[in-house]
Amino acid sequence: MQILGQYLGKAVMDNQVQTIKDVEFGLELPSFLPDTSLENVKRHGKFVGWGTGRFVDHQIARDQGFSGAIIPGVMSQGFLGAMIHRWAPNAIIRSIDTIFRAPVFVDQAYGINGVVTDIDEERSTIEIDITITNERNETRVFGTATLYFPDSDP
Amino acid sequence: MDKDIESLREKFLNKEFDEVTFKLDEQRIAEYAKVCGEIAKKFIDPTNEKFQATPTFVSTLVGSRGLPEDFPKPPGMAMDAGKYVEWIAPILGGATLVGKSHLHDIYTKTGRSGRMIFLVTRMELFDGNTHVANADTRTVFRESSNG
Repeated sequence: MQILGQYLGKAVMDNQVQTIKDVEFGLELPSFLPDTSLENVKRHGKFVGWGTGRFVDHQIARDQGFSGAIIPGVMSQGFLGAMIHRWAPNAIIRSIDTIFRAPVFVDQAYGINGVVTDIDEERSTIEIDITITNERNETRVFGTATLYFPDSDP
Repeated sequence: MDKDIESLREKFLNKEFDEVTFKLDEQRIAEYAKVCGEIAKKFIDPTNEKFQATPTFVSTLVGSRGLPEDFPKPPGMAMDAGKYVEWIAPILGGATLVGKSHLHDIYTKTGRSGRMIFLVTRMELFDGNTHVANADTRTVFRESSNG
């Protein structure tokens, strides 16, 4: 486990950007697979909220017309933020807008994706288009984020 | 713009209807960061000297009500259509924030299944006199096309 952790840590480090100079237009951020397990969503429910009904029980969600329990929108937004921070640990997310187009389901695999769409070196900001896609590559959540690269870590 | 929407905008936009105080628990901040997949110590370790909430944490803060008390409930079921966060300053563990809410936008979109009414509720968050963040919740109500 420790070896895997070291490997993943190295993989993250290899794909990071430290300053705005490292960023290229059109660059795709390293995607990561979020933990969408029922256990993780229950943990979110215990400490943060959204820990009832359709979020933590597949049957209740089915009774409400969903195909299974759904990930809270605030957690989906958090997955996108985590992807950005893993890629650019020194950057500050100045704004993030997420549109929930379709449910993100518990216990299913999703990709957390981003692509750089604008770079403003004068203001030291960049814009990223962000998406959450399922295994059929269907977009479930999309939006944009603006990042600011400060001179020093805040 | 539809007349009913114009009337709602005139009556309700930009008028504060809720104020809530949040005492931020460090464990809650750290657990939110961890379940979302954050790995930076400043987000997941309350003992780190730069420990702070991730920008999206403010989306988890909920006011005592989502709409003004006298706002007429739109037809159909409400769905969470999206979240927007504007980060202004770091939010530190243990901080006490005051959230003041107002309706920031009301608009419609019309599709094959009928009209959808979007309500954007903005919570402005303050740490003392410092405005630290804005958190918007976009709620959609789907009207039936056959009334």
